[in-house]
Amino acid sequence: MAVPKSFQFDTLSLHAGQQPDPLYGARATPIYQTTSFVFKDTDHAAALFNMERAGHVYSRISNPTCAVLEERVAALEGGIGAIAAASGQAALHLAIATLMGAGSHIVASRSLYGGSHNLLHYTLPRFGIATTFVDPREVDAFRTAIRPNTRLIFGETLGNPGLDVLDVPRVAAVAHDAGLPLLVDSTFTTPYLMRPFELGADLLYHSATKFLGGHGVAIGGVLVDSGKFDWEASGKFPPLSEPYDGFHGMVFDEESTVAAFLLRARREGLRDFGACMSPTNAFHILQGIETLPLRMQRHIENTRKIVAFLAGHAAVESVIYPELPDHPDHALAHKLLPKGCGAVFSFAVRGGRPAGRRFIDTLHVFSHLANVGDAKSLVIHPASTTHYRMDEAALRATGIGEGTIRLSIGLEDADDLIEDLSRALHASQKA
Amino acid sequence: MELQIQGKRAYVYTAGHAIDPALPAVAFIHGGEQDHSAWALQSRYFAYHRYNVLAPDLPGHGRSPGPALASIAAMAGWVIGAMDGAGVKQAAIVGHSMGSLVALELAVRYPSRVAKIALLGISAPMPVAEPLLDAARADDHAALDMINVWSFSSRAQIGGNTAPGLWMLGMNLRLLERQAPGVLYVDFKACHDYVGADAAASIQCSALVIAGSRDQMTPPRATHEFVKRLPHAQTVTLEGSGHALMAEQPDAVLDALIGFL
Repeated sequence: MAVPKSFQFDTLSLHAGQQPDPLYGARATPIYQTTSFVFKDTDHAAALFNMERAGHVYSRISNPTCAVLEERVAALEGGIGAIAAASGQAALHLAIATLMGAGSHIVASRSLYGGSHNLLHYTLPRFGIATTFVDPREVDAFRTAIRPNTRLIFGETLGNPGLDVLDVPRVAAVAHDAGLPLLVDSTFTTPYLMRPFELGADLLYHSATKFLGGHGVAIGGVLVDSGKFDWEASGKFPPLSEPYDGFHGMVFDEESTVAAFLLRARREGLRDFGACMSPTNAFHILQGIETLPLRMQRHIENTRKIVAFLAGHAAVESVIYPELPDHPDHALAHKLLPKGCGAVFSFAVRGGRPAGRRFIDTLHVFSHLANVGDAKSLVIHPASTTHYRMDEAALRATGIGEGTIRLSIGLEDADDLIEDLSRALHASQKA
Repeated sequence: MELQIQGKRAYVYTAGHAIDPALPAVAFIHGGEQDHSAWALQSRYFAYHRYNVLAPDLPGHGRSPGPALASIAAMAGWVIGAMDGAGVKQAAIVGHSMGSLVALELAVRYPSRVAKIALLGISAPMPVAEPLLDAARADDHAALDMINVWSFSSRAQIGGNTAPGLWMLGMNLRLLERQAPGVLYVDFKACHDYVGADAAASIQCSALVIAGSRDQMTPPRATHEFVKRLPHAQTVTLEGSGHALMAEQPDAVLDALIGFL
């Protein structure tokens, strides 16, 4: 008997989570730009508030447009559901705040987006949550850093900015041996390049601002649950396995065997912290996801051409991209990221900071700004922008030099991008 | 709550409420390879509307240790044990798929303990295709994939869940994967071997049958054939729904149950 197939990735990118509007038949997902939703009667209202019926009450907690985005990303990731948040940072905070409180501890990769590093290193300690940072290439370092109060293992699928490939299966095994979940930031890879749940991750999030949207017009984050982690068996997560006075004594993992985390994150995290996504932003990000497979193919195609160009250029000291044979994670990337290693990478221009400045100032097609994953090609100097809070030693530890340039390769004609880079590299070498 | 049933620990969802002897009771019996949470959007409502709710995890499912019970009759006897353990003399029994056969068996064998029955996604007999049984016997993940796709209408496979942000296919697959190896085969074999449908004619309590017009697991035609043998039955057909009625159309299922109970 043939195993029946569910819908494939490209189809889900266009359709998952949305039925044509039942009132007017609108094919596109309508923007439900409303704060609140009318109850049918008082019993209906009470039932919605008490989770006796499903539906929408107030757009901070849930909204039909956001719900389409949540289902779509969950479907693409092979998860059970998702929560749309105000930003990628809001999604990360929502995950942490749902799982733990003061006195808890996180083990995180030290190769993180600067904003995530700020949250873990500077801000969360003020709320009693400490983090130990480890080299993501040292899987045993995750294990040895785990303490009795550790509640989460965290890393990026492709580390920032050195493109360290997280060995998700092995790090997940370390986490699971300790009864802990693995959360990954999948922003750089998107579900098109990697589906971390199939490799062992338990939770993931995206800065949907980047490749999921692709257009650079909307800030947003999406937190996705695999539904695989057994919170009850772990015994380390009272927020999910003990009665919650803030919701009629609900025990979330009794209420839902597989969706306890998402229930608590929505019913407490969105309710109390309030970092929800606006319906209009959800709409914009949905428009991006419709073309995600096509865009990612082109991102990778262009990136490979530009990596090859830079790797052979006399003004370039080094290029950091896992598909290059000299990258420390080359073999791992081949295994975990066969479709490509993303479209964000760094290289070092000869001549240090002055040369880097001349390079950036000469570019015309590349835009100098603090973002990645846009359809348009972007460039930035991490040491003076995204990682400016780090001292020289910390910068070195994350693989950033003073001359490091980060590129986000867009969808333009690759020849135009190469010509732009060629001109800027030439200018960078003029004293 | 946790109970000792037939000498073994078992989990029964009550929405955290203690049993109140003054209130009527309703028991929700899940289908094969599932647990109590399949009823999340129905059981909680009744628990907050003056009912005692018992939504057990059958042995070997969810939080109740195994082994899984090998026959529908054994499951019915176990549910009576759960009612005894909770101090419930009589209950309305709501069952889905395999659970609907358990409800049927309870109404036949323990009429004094059953106030009403609601049967969702039922056909009786409930044959399971040999290739699916073989895959289940081998603990082949393909069996779960087959069930998952066949449990939902093609419309629901696109999504648009009533419960915000939850992807129905993913939720159902993960719940199937949570059950221990071997349980699916025991459940399916119990359904496949069930021969108690002929006794349905003897049932005196009122019955509600809820069918999905797009059900591929227990097709509406098979459901309607069975209903002919069931006296005192009313049928509600949910247009467009597949076998996973409680997930696909939770409000319609709940409204039908509210009207019936």
